[in-house]
Amino acid sequence: MRPEVALPVIIPLLAGAISLLFWRSRPMQRFTAVAGTAALLLVSLWLMISVYQEGYVVMHMGGWQAPYGITLVADMLSAIMVLLTGIIGLGLAIYSLSSTGPHHEKFGYYPLMHLLLAGVLGAFLTGDIFNLYVWFEVMLVASFALLILGGEKAQMEGAIKYVTLNLLASVIFLTAIGLLYGMVGTLNMADIAQRLAVAENQGMVEVLAVMFMVAFGIKAAAFPLFFWLPASYHTPPVAVSALFAGLLTKVGVYSLFRVFTLMFDQTMDYVQDLLLWGAAFTMVTGVLGAAAQYEFRRILSFHIVSQIGYMILGLALFTPLAIAGGIFAVMHNIIVKTNLFLISGITRRLQGTYELKKMGGLYKERPWLAVAFFLSAFSLAGIPPLSGFFAKFVIVRAGIEAEAYVVTGIALAVGLMTLYSMVKIWNEVFWKSLPENNLVPESPAPRGDDGRLVKNTLGLMYLPVAVLASFALLIGVFAEPLTTMMLTAGEQLLHPEGYIEAVLGNGEALLQSALEVSP
Amino acid sequence: MEPLMALAIGLLYATAIFMMLRRSIVKLVIGLMLLSNAANLLIFTSAGMTRGAPPLIPEGAQGPIGAVADPLPQAVVLTAIVIAFGVLAFAVVLIRRAYEIVKADDLDKMKDTDT
Repeated sequence: MRPEVALPVIIPLLAGAISLLFWRSRPMQRFTAVAGTAALLLVSLWLMISVYQEGYVVMHMGGWQAPYGITLVADMLSAIMVLLTGIIGLGLAIYSLSSTGPHHEKFGYYPLMHLLLAGVLGAFLTGDIFNLYVWFEVMLVASFALLILGGEKAQMEGAIKYVTLNLLASVIFLTAIGLLYGMVGTLNMADIAQRLAVAENQGMVEVLAVMFMVAFGIKAAAFPLFFWLPASYHTPPVAVSALFAGLLTKVGVYSLFRVFTLMFDQTMDYVQDLLLWGAAFTMVTGVLGAAAQYEFRRILSFHIVSQIGYMILGLALFTPLAIAGGIFAVMHNIIVKTNLFLISGITRRLQGTYELKKMGGLYKERPWLAVAFFLSAFSLAGIPPLSGFFAKFVIVRAGIEAEAYVVTGIALAVGLMTLYSMVKIWNEVFWKSLPENNLVPESPAPRGDDGRLVKNTLGLMYLPVAVLASFALLIGVFAEPLTTMMLTAGEQLLHPEGYIEAVLGNGEALLQSALEVSP
Repeated sequence: MEPLMALAIGLLYATAIFMMLRRSIVKLVIGLMLLSNAANLLIFTSAGMTRGAPPLIPEGAQGPIGAVADPLPQAVVLTAIVIAFGVLAFAVVLIRRAYEIVKADDLDKMKDTDT
């Protein structure tokens, strides 16, 4: 029994159920949101400590031994992702207390938020490929409903694209699982990894690898499959945007890391170039798309795409250092990108718009907000000593060591372009004076995202922003111990024997007996 | 049986993709429905369509006797059907609401959030 592996999934499910029970009681739902995510953060810390001490923490659900039952596994990568989800979850729950209006809360914002977190965490922890699909769907259904919360025209249009392309990805994923099961006759990922390594039909393995790459590529918003993201992420309430931006695409990236290091590592010769150039184009198209935009959240949405490129580049280079860099980029991006979205929500509250042209003067008015934005934005662009610099530094160094000079050059150039976008936001929102034709009342009545009046609780919005911004700085300060942690994760991923043995116990004997039975 | 199933599955995938490429959102959802059905049939077929007894262990025996059907793909397909059902119910409501709000059935008229 290792409860710390199961609890990160159980707690949000339980919190979601409790908030459903108190459907009519707004205070109770708000209390459950904060209490549930706080408990989640504590449990994710517990899991992190266990994994740090033992390497792998495994729990077989219902006592059914792998590969027959569903296994929950946490290695370093899973633990890092779970911890980040815990941090973002609590931050967003607090932020939502102020930003989400009563009308949205009444339509189940909090239960859906818990469900989404449960889906994300389940995907990070499961060791079963079909179970991964199920968690993806849990996450997707919750995200669908959150995306159209409020039901405005733009949300409907965005949702149709989001729903269609994500369902298409799910079906490709499901198809690949079906074919994979036909080949190896098991769904446990560790077991699949063993059997694929000795599979006769390696051509089919490559086909499956590409199918998984396309399915997760859509979910991760990699080039050329990212179109749903910039079309939908700027439409929902800002807390939902921030939650999506922080976590959803990263689940796709996590799955790519997991699947290609564990199951399809022998096809890497074949898919490496695809991943490498996919990463390069993802970086470039994302950053160019952002350059053309003048709406706060649209710029940030395109930058999500661009940053996904760095993470996939880390995977594509396929050295321990590169994978460590990729995971570092995931960590940095979850913190910083969520924070930028949260800041866009505060500026919207203050000035009533997301259009950069209509905003201005916030540096004078809210200097501390400007500092928080400065830290996050320049971290995203990779300015030392902030978190983004070290993510980029590790990846670029790995790229040079792997002699992938062109892609590494692109990664550096994209960093410069990111700086351009961030400076654009800085100039328009914080530096220039407020345009005269934008009549912001002296003290605007605070309105939630549903447009209704709320109590003036700007402090609740500032709190997570301040904490996340200080994380951007702290990650930079403590870059060395963190990089060591990422390197551990990278080593674990590149040597999946440890994972397989942790899941299957004495794997060799089991495989032998399995091979003898099968015809 | 397998070649026949393969043909049917291929046809379902092709029809689904064709429907999804149409401009009408109703046809888009029909495409999604067919697509999930195609995937379910594919799991069922690729797991091996052998005749076999139900996988029950007789009393006193250590394992099932003789050739039995593999229960796992059936459980998997059942789960996938339920998920597809839920998601499609959402999609149907979504296109209805979208039609009410955008007042068009045409995807070409839903370009405001692009660029």
